[in-house]
Amino acid sequence: MSHWIEWSRALAGGVLIGASTALFLAFNGRIAGISGIVGGLVSIVKGDTYWRAMFVAGLVVGGLALALLAPWTMGASVASLPVVALAGALVGVGTRLGNGCTSGHGVCGVARLSPRSIAATIVFISTGAIAVLVRRALEGGSA
Amino acid sequence: MNTTRQQGWVAFATGLLFAIGLGVGGMTQPAKVVGFLDFFGRWDPSLMFVMGGALSVHALVWRLVRHKPTPKLSTQWFVPTRRDLDRKLLGGAAIFGVGWGLGGYCPGPGITAIASGAVEAVVFVVAMLAGTRAVIAYERRDALRKAAELSAAETAVSPSPAPVKHH
Repeated sequence: MSHWIEWSRALAGGVLIGASTALFLAFNGRIAGISGIVGGLVSIVKGDTYWRAMFVAGLVVGGLALALLAPWTMGASVASLPVVALAGALVGVGTRLGNGCTSGHGVCGVARLSPRSIAATIVFISTGAIAVLVRRALEGGSA
Repeated sequence: MNTTRQQGWVAFATGLLFAIGLGVGGMTQPAKVVGFLDFFGRWDPSLMFVMGGALSVHALVWRLVRHKPTPKLSTQWFVPTRRDLDRKLLGGAAIFGVGWGLGGYCPGPGITAIASGAVEAVVFVVAMLAGTRAVIAYERRDALRKAAELSAAETAVSPSPAPVKHH
């Protein structure tokens, strides 16, 4: 039974995320792909920075609201610092080469039935599953 | 208020809503993300509902707005139109997936989790920015090298002055 509560919450969270990406599309005409938005702040193009910074500020303020009002939504890390650093570097490299992440490809792209996004999503969920599998094997099934 | 500022506030509001959605959906809990990717262990399907909910709403709105000449606050759409699959896309997605599975963070939740004060989230985001920066630097160098090669090739094929004949 508790599964249904959890899954309903997950669905509600998804609807909020979808509302966010949909509003962003309808008003600004852009894909709310987080890796792309942040990537545009790493290599700055003049006149294309303000909305990116505002989106990231919104994420951080939203994160602060969560941390203050619903701290249980912020889960602890599952990996040690060196592993988290490696993970971050791989995510930074991979999303730049692959033009997107879970939001840009997984939500916005799949919703538009973009073949590139569908392929990318299948690939990153698959390699993510392999990474989890390998890590669990190395840690003797404790992960 | 000018359009740039309006776009900025829309970006802020949607960024905030995005973060709340991540929190409600469980995406800011790396253990849940890893649980979703653990198909051969104790699989936690809840992130499937997050993705399903998000892309249903996005798909619905996309159908409503896609034939409008422009979005509300801009003179043009910035929606990718490429449909081809290439090695860069698939290789990049593969690398991203490994990082996602190892850390349990993708870019949005990583940035959102910084607010929790977790050192791991900060380290994740700094490493992510460094990774992106490295690719951008590499691509810039590559583009410069190709441009240089191209101009060198053009010089080589450009007609050279006719050799002077000596008697």
